[in-house]
This record gives sequence, C-alpha cells and structure tokens, in this order.
Amino acid sequence: MAITISVNGKQHSVDAAPDTPLLYALRNDLELNGAKFGCGLAQCGACTVIIEGKAVRSCATPLSSVAGKAITTIEGLGTSAKPHALQQAFVAEQAAQCGYCANGMIMTAKVLLDKNPRPTEAQIRKALAANLCRCGTHNRIVRAIQRAAKGAV
Amino acid sequence: MSANTKFAAGRREFLQQSGAIMVGFSLAPAAFGQQPAPKPARLPGSLNANRMLDNWLRINANGTVTVSTGKAELGQGILTALAQIAADELDVAYERIEMISADTSRSPNEGQTAGSQSVEQSGTAIHYAAAEARDILLQLAAARLGVAADKLVVADGTVTAGSAKTTYWELAQNVNLKREASARVKPRPPARHQVIGKSIQRRDIPGKVTGGIAYVQDMRLPGMVFGRVVRPPSRRAQLESCDEAAVRNMPGVVAVVRDGNFLAVAAGREEQAIKAAHALRTSAKWTESPDLPPQGMALYEHLQKLPSRDSVVNYKVGAPAGGGQVATLEATYTRPYQCHGSIGPSCAVAQMKDDKLTVWTHSQGVYPLRLHLSRGLRLPAASITAIHVEGSGCYGHNGADDVACDAALVARATNGRPVKLQWMREDEFGWEPYGSAMVMKLKARLDERGQIVDWQHDVWSHPHSTRPGSPTGSNLLAAWHIANPLSMGPPVNGPQPAGAADRNAVPLYEFPSQRIVLHYLPETPLRTSALRTLGAYANVFALESFIDELAAAAGADPVEFRLRHMKDPRARAVIEAAAQKAGWKPKQKGDGSRGRGFAFAKYKNLAAYVAVIAEVEVDRRTGKVQVMKAVAAVDAGLIINPDGVSNQIEGGIIQSTSWTLKEQVKFDRQRVLTQSWANYPILTFPEVPAVEVVLLNHPDERSLGVGEGSQGPTAAAVSNAIANATGKRLRDLPFTRERVKAALA
Repeated sequence: MAITISVNGKQHSVDAAPDTPLLYALRNDLELNGAKFGCGLAQCGACTVIIEGKAVRSCATPLSSVAGKAITTIEGLGTSAKPHALQQAFVAEQAAQCGYCANGMIMTAKVLLDKNPRPTEAQIRKALAANLCRCGTHNRIVRAIQRAAKGAV
Repeated sequence: MSANTKFAAGRREFLQQSGAIMVGFSLAPAAFGQQPAPKPARLPGSLNANRMLDNWLRINANGTVTVSTGKAELGQGILTALAQIAADELDVAYERIEMISADTSRSPNEGQTAGSQSVEQSGTAIHYAAAEARDILLQLAAARLGVAADKLVVADGTVTAGSAKTTYWELAQNVNLKREASARVKPRPPARHQVIGKSIQRRDIPGKVTGGIAYVQDMRLPGMVFGRVVRPPSRRAQLESCDEAAVRNMPGVVAVVRDGNFLAVAAGREEQAIKAAHALRTSAKWTESPDLPPQGMALYEHLQKLPSRDSVVNYKVGAPAGGGQVATLEATYTRPYQCHGSIGPSCAVAQMKDDKLTVWTHSQGVYPLRLHLSRGLRLPAASITAIHVEGSGCYGHNGADDVACDAALVARATNGRPVKLQWMREDEFGWEPYGSAMVMKLKARLDERGQIVDWQHDVWSHPHSTRPGSPTGSNLLAAWHIANPLSMGPPVNGPQPAGAADRNAVPLYEFPSQRIVLHYLPETPLRTSALRTLGAYANVFALESFIDELAAAAGADPVEFRLRHMKDPRARAVIEAAAQKAGWKPKQKGDGSRGRGFAFAKYKNLAAYVAVIAEVEVDRRTGKVQVMKAVAAVDAGLIINPDGVSNQIEGGIIQSTSWTLKEQVKFDRQRVLTQSWANYPILTFPEVPAVEVVLLNHPDERSLGVGEGSQGPTAAAVSNAIANATGKRLRDLPFTRERVKAALA
C-alpha cells in the first residue's frame, strides 16, 4: 500500500505497510542517511526528524501517522557544500567523536533554536536531556549550539 | 548515480583513477600467516610486521598520496592524525593525503585498533615509511635535475634546485616503493613539523553532520536484503522448536536460517525483517537452565570463590625507609559488569558470491576477524575479504565482530544477495561482551613519617580480551550457537607491563615493598572482553582511592602525599599542572555536600600521564552525586593533534563519570535483564561536568597513547571528591543514589 509523505519539501510515495516506522522509509526508500537507528524505542534520539516544528523520534512514528505532514531531515537543513549554521558550528567545534548521535543533537537543537534563538546553557542541556551521546562529546555539542545561536559560525 | 552505487564504486573508482604505478598494495608475508625471513632487523612500530614501503604509501601521478593503515577509524580521529604525520614527513600539503584503512585485500595487518596504540604503532611506521619515501623521491629528483640531493628544496611535493624543478607527481612513474623499509631515514625533528601539532579538523565530521554515507549502517548495495538475528533467551538455552514455515510465509521474507541454536531471518524490507524476527522469537521454544552468578554484593564474594589462575605480577621487598610502622590499612573495592553501550547497535554487510565472502564491518581487527570467520564458517581465509567501514563508537570489543558472523551466516542463504544485518538494541545490551566485574583488595602500611613502606594489591577478574584472533577456537558468538559449534579460544591475560586484568595494578609510586597478585578467573557464563582501559579503570579506581585513604591516615594533603612517593619527573609535572590549573588548596575540607578529589595514572604504566581533579556536589537527601567540573592535565609526549587529544580526554572523563555514577549490567540467575536504555541509564546532558584539559606538550618525546588515559583517574577523583565532601568513603561502583544515600544515612 503506497503512502505519500512530504520530506524536505518533496512528495514521495512509499510502498510499505502503514505501521512501518518512518525511520525505515527515510533510510531505505528515500536513501536519506541522516536519521539513525539507535534503539527503536524512542529512548536515545539518534533517529530524530522534525515534523511540523516538533522534534520527533522517527523510529517510533508509524508512516501512516505522518502522511501529508511536512517532515524535515538533517539533509533538509543543509549539505556539506552549503551547511546550515548548526552543521557548520558542529564542524567548527569538532563536536563529534563517532558522530552517530549527531543527527539527533542537531535536529533537536534546530527545534530549540527555532523556538528560543538565544537559549542559556542550562536550557540547551535540558532540551538535549533525552538525547544520548556515548563518546562524551556533550560539552562540545553545547558549545556548537551556542555558536550557532550567536551566529558566530 | 544513486547514493548506494556511489558507495560501492568509491574504492574501485579510486583505484582506477589514481594513476599510480603500483597496481595494488603488496601484502607483507605476515598478513598470510607465513614466516618472515629469519631474523630480519627490527623495524620501528608496525613497520616491523609490514615491512614493504608500498604497503604503507603510494605516490600518485594525479598529485595525491595514498597512505594505507591497518588501523581503523573509530571516531577517535586516527585517520586525520596519521595523515598529518604523512604530510609532514613527505613535505606535502595535508590535503593531498588520502587515507585507506583496515582492509584484508589491501592494507597492512596491524592486528587490532585497540589499547591507545595507533599513533604509537601505525604513526611510527608512517613517520619512517614516509621519511624514507621522501628520500627516495629526492634521489630520483637529483638524478633528473642533475644536482646533488642535498641541494634540493621541497615544498608541497615540488622539488627545486635553483630554476630547475620537478614534482613528486612527475616522478611517480619512476618511484619504486616495492622494497623493504630500512628505517635509515630518520623522521624529521619537531622544529620542522608544520602539520603535526596543529588541531587540523577531522576529515570525517562534515559528512557525519550532513547525512553523508558515513557508517556501515548507511551502506546500500544492489539487491541488498535486511537481516535480523534471534538470540537465545539465556546463555545455556537450547532450541527445542520454532515455526520456520510460518515465518517464511510472512511478507517480504527471503530466508529463515536455523542452524543449531542460531536463528536469523532476511527480508526485502528492514521492517519486514524485524517483524519476521519477532515472529520467529515468539514461536521459538527453548530449554533454559540457570548459570549466572548472584547479583549485588554477593557477586563479589562469588568471584573470590571461583577457580582462579593466580600469579604474582609484581614483587619487590626492600628495607623500610624510616622508623616503625604505625598504621596498617586495608580496603576492598568492587566494580560490576559494565556495557560498551554503543549508541548504534552493531551492524555488518555480507555478501557470498561464488564461494567468496566479503564482509563490511566495523570490527577493530579485520585480519583477526577473517581468521575466526574462516574457522566458524569452515571457509578458507583466502576466500574471505573483511573491509573496515566505520560504525557507531565501540569503546572496545562490542558486537562488531559477532554481527559480521551473523550477517555472513545469513548471506549464505540469500543466493548471492548482500545482507545488511543490524542488531536490535536488546541484542547489543544482552550479548555484547561486558567489561568484567572485578574485586580489588588493597593493603598498605605507613611508617611514622607518613611514608608508605609496604603495598599489596590483589585483583580478581575475568578476561579482558576475548576478541577474535586466538590460535584455536572461534570468538564469534554465532560460532558457538550453530549446530557444529566451536568453543571460545582459551583466554590469555596480556602480560605486564601493560597487563590486562592487572593493567595499572602495579603502582607507579615508589614503595620499598610491594606485591601485586592477579587472581585470573577464566571461566564466566557472562562473556567478558575489552571495554576501554581493560582492568585499568577499576585498578586505578582502587589504587588512587586507597592512596587518598592513606593520605588521610597520614594527615597529609592528597597531592603532596602523591608527590612524596613519586619520582618520575613527568608524572610529577602532570600532578602539579593539574593542581595548579584547578587552584588546588592543600588540605581543603569539603562542606558536607561539596568537595574535590584528585587522582593520577600513567595509562598502562607506559602511555599518557593523566591527572584529574573532580569537583562534586552530593545531595545528601536524594543521594545524587553531580560532578560539577573536572580538570585534567595530560602529557602524551609529542602531540600530533591537540584538539584530538583534548577530545579523547574530555570524552574519557565524561564516559568514566557515567560508568562511575550509574552503570551496571543487571541479571538474574538465568537471564540478562539489561535490555534497553531504560535498564541501563547513562549520563545525560544536565549531568555532564564542565571539563578543562591542560596539555603538556613534549615534542622531543615519542607520542604516547592517550585514548584511554583519563577513565581510571576520573573514577578515583570522583570517589575521592565524595569522600572529601561527605567524609564517607564509597568503595563499590557505581555510586548510585541508593548507595550514596545509604552510606550517608
């Protein structure tokens, strides 16, 4: 059964069961690598995408529930040739080791900055409290978000 | 061209376009397990086992240099650091260096990427190989230009003598690097480093933050299907029955594999594979029997009763330095089983075609993996190619190797179609090899001047390395589960001075008498293996906590007490630098909830020197410990990339804070109960300390491994800070709210 989803401003028809997690449609049908499988339980944040202004865990979001809604993935933010301020700031601060969690950090930060363009450090930490990083690059991630917020990329 | 074919073609295209005179990299004899020529001269670093220059680098006519390493990028930035070394030694711009790594078809065999040894082993080899290649190029240039080699000037691969000039790229056609390295050309002195010592940005980060193809999880090959595995519910479980037929009829299912206790599926779509695996799991009937150890403090009594291989790993008897002994202290410290907890569960892609197997893997050792795959699958090693592709951070031996075997077993059932198999979260938590639970019993005597005169450290531990590579057996999980199983190779404890279970159990301090005993526990129902630092995390936790306990008994300041017993000047410098940076005030007491603690270690007693000061705040009501700030001082010898070193030290401090405050594997007598982040909480953003790192650069000293330097000192610094804050000494990891609350009650 084909379901039409709108990702990064384009319509895509995905032939999959309605309960298919959005994550697999993004990664396997649309060949978008940004959102990652981390837990499948909405616990870690690696799969985060933005749906109508909210940070959403795509591993626990059925395809049928997002038909017709505007979905943005990290690929929709910018490219390595033309990166978004947050992506640029993550490079400038070298805010990664393995980088597997980076997608979720950047997408969650995007939603935060859209609502609160000048967050305090504590607000940034709170906004990312449910995004897990295992390499211990948290402080670099916080600095990158502060850098992007200041527009000082 | 779609993203998937780009990935597959990338390496082929590179080989076609590079215009190099060498068709491929020659493989050292050792790579195929043959004996090298009798007693060749010892060469530096990994050159010794991979002696051909063209095994390491290639000068390309298109203006690039290809550097090949047997070490793998694990998110630690190693490929960037190695490229920096090659650029400086060759006198070419950093941007010209292309790195390829860890591929059994074309890279040097450097064993495992582990133990903070990549800069020391591969970096040293590249220093010498590149310096010698530069010398060969200059001799060619001298002949072409008709001038003496010592009159030539090189800048970014352009060689000039007055108005005459040539380039490495013009000479590429004539360079013959198919020769054994001599190591007679010395690496350049630090004063001539241009790229080494600079915080060059990592090559891999732009792709990782823009959705590029960065990980094995992102690979797509034509015709690829998705695999999932169904593990037994417990260690000894035996499969009685399962409904394979029903699962085969599910949508998209391509294969159901049942081989002894090994169960797996493959399907055209990933979510179909997950559903099929779920159905297969639900239909499976197993016979289970309990064999797991007791939980809680009973675990540590249990460990001390297990059959052990005991060895005195270090022993020294000297005359007491001063007067009579006035105090004897004893303490027991414990550490539970802990997880690697990679954010991305382990993944591999495998393809079986014409009896040849190719696996794309984030294993830390592609050659040892190939050896054990060969045994487990009963396939000649020559028919297997193992290619490293980055995965999520592993922090040691996680599921990377096991999942490669799982994918290979499924790939045998898919008629040549490649299989991408990723573990689910519960597979990773339930079956990754854990960091061993450990018991450390320490005993020491002080004389009347407050000098330690006698020191004893007994450690009980399971193995810390059961990676693939053992000479017999197979250390791949599925190889134990299939109908024709192999057993695990006999575990061996790594020898001192680096040690493994006993890593850093031997103090660097100078004591007149000491005795260090390892009680090695080879048998364990819960598989254990290398978790970042091996035994050093727990041994340093115990040793450096005990030093503080002795300092308190001697009425001494912890920093002064350490310096009192330390002769190594570099260790003293690091201890003093950390104290200065943190504004350490001697004998400052905590106020009941806030306090600070100090700890130091030289990782493995032969790698980086690291001192850490932690500041904590303890909520006496809830028992919650917040590490507010950590300050570290580091001596890593010659630093290749300062920001890379800082990133490793910061990350190590934060990861160790998480281990120390929160982490332990949970199980009952039959099953592992840790299945998700809900059962295995780790440190979160609001809980992460601020971290400051001071680097003491020693450009004239050799580079020292740094990736595991800060974990041990961090645990002890936190423990010492809690004692400083509250007056209560915690000796059992982790320092959970419940434990802290109970201790303060």
